[in-house]
Amino acid sequence: MTTATRGLHVVKPGDHALDVARVRADFPILATEIHGKPLVYLDNAATSQKPQAVIDTIMRYYQDTNANVHRGVHYLSETATEDYEASRRTAQQFINAPHLHEIIFVRGTTEGINLVAQTFGRTRVGAGDEILITAMEHHSNIVPWQILCDEKGAKLRVAPINDNGELLLDEFAKLLGPKTKLAAVTHVSNALGTVNPLQRMVELGHAHNVPVLVDGAQAVPHLKVDVQALDCDFYTFSGHKVYGPTGIGVLYGKTALLESMPPYQGGGDMISSVTFDKTTYNKLPYKFEAGTPDIAGAIGMGAALKYVNGLGIDKIGAHEHDLLEYATQTLSAVPGLRLIGTARDKAAVVSFVIEGVHPHDIGTILDQQGIAIRTGHHCSQPIMDRFGIPATARASFAVYNTRAEIDALVQGIEKVKEVFA
Amino acid sequence: MSDLRDLYQDVILEHSKTPRNFRVQPSADHKAEGFNPLCGDRFTVYVTMDGGAIKDVSFQGSGCAISKASASMMTQSVKGKTMAEAEKIFKRFHEMVTGHAESNTGESELGKLTVFSGVSEFPVRVKCATLAWHTLHAALEGKQDPVSTE
Repeated sequence: MTTATRGLHVVKPGDHALDVARVRADFPILATEIHGKPLVYLDNAATSQKPQAVIDTIMRYYQDTNANVHRGVHYLSETATEDYEASRRTAQQFINAPHLHEIIFVRGTTEGINLVAQTFGRTRVGAGDEILITAMEHHSNIVPWQILCDEKGAKLRVAPINDNGELLLDEFAKLLGPKTKLAAVTHVSNALGTVNPLQRMVELGHAHNVPVLVDGAQAVPHLKVDVQALDCDFYTFSGHKVYGPTGIGVLYGKTALLESMPPYQGGGDMISSVTFDKTTYNKLPYKFEAGTPDIAGAIGMGAALKYVNGLGIDKIGAHEHDLLEYATQTLSAVPGLRLIGTARDKAAVVSFVIEGVHPHDIGTILDQQGIAIRTGHHCSQPIMDRFGIPATARASFAVYNTRAEIDALVQGIEKVKEVFA
Repeated sequence: MSDLRDLYQDVILEHSKTPRNFRVQPSADHKAEGFNPLCGDRFTVYVTMDGGAIKDVSFQGSGCAISKASASMMTQSVKGKTMAEAEKIFKRFHEMVTGHAESNTGESELGKLTVFSGVSEFPVRVKCATLAWHTLHAALEGKQDPVSTE
């Protein structure tokens, strides 16, 4: 399934055979009550909840196999190393990366982007050069490039979006030129839910010899990512948004690029040999993994990706599309409510504002009913400026959410309107 | 829902819908900008002094019901007060919304502002309630940088 053809579609019964009740039972936190009400967790774009399999995997690592990786000859170290590297393989397969050494463990998407900015960016970008991003980027795909541009005297260019929150592809194409050294774009917008026409964007970038970095934080939990089919040069995502632990993520990069880049941080594990005269760096991916890594995190993320594989990412996506469509319909029917982000191709996010009520007040009143949503600028202040609003309320979905929870959200919004009547 | 009503009292809702002194003072002696990065609330507070007293105080900007009502009621409560008196009210107000007030000691000074006592049950909203006050404080101190509640 290419992202370009993937739109809102009607999900027919039998289209997906996901047993949501069983899925919910895998997530212990979903049994929690908040302010005496059953938890309705609709803040998945911020972070997803964790299934028991992930929690158990992390616990078992610390209980049974805790040791440092890549350096011990003893049994525990060997076991920890095997499990850590097995997670790398799971991640590789998950995004269909050609080579295992192209999977670099990082703290999350933010660090993945910063790594590229500080290594590729610092060596390839000079005065007068340009970095191209889009108007729907998260702060984490804006600020690292601003820091780089400030340092190098380079310029950040921003491809605009339309009122639905869709990228203007022609404008994106026009901004690519001989000065462009990198395009850094999001796969799915965290604030608007827009799925970008990534394949086409990568083709356009490559037509100008511009490598393309993809912020996949909001895409990996919801749709099948195939970095070979996309042909993107870098792809980065966070474990915690895809049912894994916080503090761990993946940066994928094409071998030739990674080989040509200097190391990110210096320390143990990233070297082959060290003398005071000369240090030889380790091979990929270890060149970019200085210091003791988040071993438990990496193993936990591996368990999370396996959990997703077990359910099937296509089934997850179909279920979430059903929720998205249902939420779009029911929320659109609420008088005074306006959806922000109405792209044809969306994933699992509904952002909205209510006339006369600030999103922060919506959030507090919903919280009192056990409903967790995100309110604010979603680390995307330029998007808020683009739509002329200070903030939005955002409901975002995961595999364990149900139509009944969207009904609860709509009822919660009625309560908001009651308070502010 | 009694908790919610403690927070969203009628007086607060009314002030948030029709804020008082919600205007720019182009010739104000003091002005400062306040920003709450968590929710995007952003206010400018303007102060005109007359001798040692606050002759006029107003605000502009956007924010949630709590921050807007708090700004509105703040302007009413500090008008005519000296800087020291205004700072003292802020101190009492801060103690009340953070739940650190000593039993009712500040109530007479706070007057109508006691409607914000429910905020202490909602810790994440303390910043909303105090944003305008921090901004007023910065304006009176003549601070140039925008105030952030983070």
